[in-house]
Amino acid sequence: MKIIVCIKQVPDTTEIKLNPETGTMIRDGVPSIMNPDDKGGLEMALSLKDQFGAHVTVITMGPAQADQILREAFAMGVDRAIHLTDKRFAGADTLATSNAISGALRNLEYDLIITGRQAIDGDTAQVGPQIAELLDLPQVTYVEDLQFENGTFTIRKANEEGYQMVQVEAPCLITVLASANQPRYMSVNGIMTAYKKEVEVWGFEQITVDETKLGLKGSPTRVHKSFSKGVKSAGQKYEVDPQMAVEIIMDKLKEKFII
Amino acid sequence: MDLSTYKNIFVFVEQRNGQIQNVSLELLNKARELSEKLNEQVIAILLGNQMQESAYELISYGADIVLYADSPNLADYNTEPYTQAFTQLVNTYQPSIILIGATTIGRDLGPRLSARIGTGLTADCTALEIGEDRHLMMTRPAFGGNLMATIVCKEHRPQMSTVRPGVMMKGTKDITRSGRMEKVNISFDDSKFKVKILDTVKESKNLVDITEAKILVSGGRGVGNAEGFKKLQDLANTLHAEVSSSRAMVDLGVVSHDRQVGQTGKTVRPDLYFALGISGAIQHLAGMEESDFIIAINKDKDASIFHTADLGIVGDINQIVPLLNEMLQKEMSK
Repeated sequence: MKIIVCIKQVPDTTEIKLNPETGTMIRDGVPSIMNPDDKGGLEMALSLKDQFGAHVTVITMGPAQADQILREAFAMGVDRAIHLTDKRFAGADTLATSNAISGALRNLEYDLIITGRQAIDGDTAQVGPQIAELLDLPQVTYVEDLQFENGTFTIRKANEEGYQMVQVEAPCLITVLASANQPRYMSVNGIMTAYKKEVEVWGFEQITVDETKLGLKGSPTRVHKSFSKGVKSAGQKYEVDPQMAVEIIMDKLKEKFII
Repeated sequence: MDLSTYKNIFVFVEQRNGQIQNVSLELLNKARELSEKLNEQVIAILLGNQMQESAYELISYGADIVLYADSPNLADYNTEPYTQAFTQLVNTYQPSIILIGATTIGRDLGPRLSARIGTGLTADCTALEIGEDRHLMMTRPAFGGNLMATIVCKEHRPQMSTVRPGVMMKGTKDITRSGRMEKVNISFDDSKFKVKILDTVKESKNLVDITEAKILVSGGRGVGNAEGFKKLQDLANTLHAEVSSSRAMVDLGVVSHDRQVGQTGKTVRPDLYFALGISGAIQHLAGMEESDFIIAINKDKDASIFHTADLGIVGDINQIVPLLNEMLQKEMSK
């Protein structure tokens, strides 16, 4: 079985603080991490490797520093890593990103493609299904669990009310939730060798796609403007003993006709 | 691309077991408002099986036309048959805008459809407006809610957008509204139907929809554990409220994910929101800051929740919450 996992390097948005005066983001010192849902997907792939000896490739698109998450993936146990980077990919919205990544996947063999459900910097959850469409593959999103038997995947897919059990044959694409599993740690030996392994760097010449569908030019959507949400004026704040606090709350609830 | 041939607003009607989901009614109301600015029509896209009766409800909530595709292939949501049906309707009717609920269904269908028809899609919009040049201005949070971005799709049609449940307001049902239903035929290529649904399981924990609650008693990391959360549940019972939580309590396994408020949970706007032991991470604020009145209690006087709260109490929830509950019970038994 050949598995490709698409991963993304993202700023750890839980570490981003807002300047309370201006409402603007403080980006300095925010660490970059492997996107949590992608890491869940990677763990799922590695557990298939443990069970069935699957060959696992990771691929990422991003600037030079994204090399770091590919090394992390090596240290966790993947067999091959590809770094898509080219000026022509820059400024891409989700569709242009999906065009670039599917362009690379066309030149690889796979039975299963895994992406995370969504990335924490954009939260769009679009690239997985768009890649599936561009490669004409069936998709299963919000995957919590996957079992493989006789060429068929039996998948547990989360929804708002519970879950669905679905079945699909290879090849297919799934998008995985971070809550699906507990990703393994990098092994000591893995860390030692991660920087000795070769990350293949691919540009436009290595992928199969129409150039007009890439980057800013290939993006149907554009950012018109971005802005911080501004600061809501804070209400009253009291530092009082519990009895007093309760009285203040009770008065407010009466004022609001809640009691 | 000749943009002028694209007209009218499609609203995807999400149904589960034949039940129309609230988010679709919310979108119909938003589409109504946008269509009046554009002088175009609101077209509800109803895909299902034996659901013709539902057309009236859609009209009463704002649809001018209901395009109804009736097929056993469309009884339950499945990516490929729904994408085929929707694509054919887009090609035939050429809408300028498509609105889809950002649910697990809408977020499966939306991107698949956008790639098939080759247009842009903006996810999880919190505001939709018509710009001066008649383009749709789609505003959404980015970087975990730290930044807002307004997105446009100027050179492609349709302009597609998903919106999370609870973000737009449902309109008032008006049974005197007029509109019409058109039955449409879809030609399916079932050789592409590769995903087989074996079973759909509803988990009982999900019976409550926190987005419908008037009062929410919400707990965060400061609550500590299940025992601490019990105090919140008691307060909620007294107030006939629902409990909800920040991500911390869900990660600890104290609260189920369907009660999570925030960027990766639900968006709520109750009349009253208690933020108890919640520090106020931006991801959480994104899901509750539109609440009418917010009362925050936190031990940390510098907690960022106090910037958003209408009433802030610096103190220990373990002391204040039981006391408040006791006082409320006395007050309400009067």
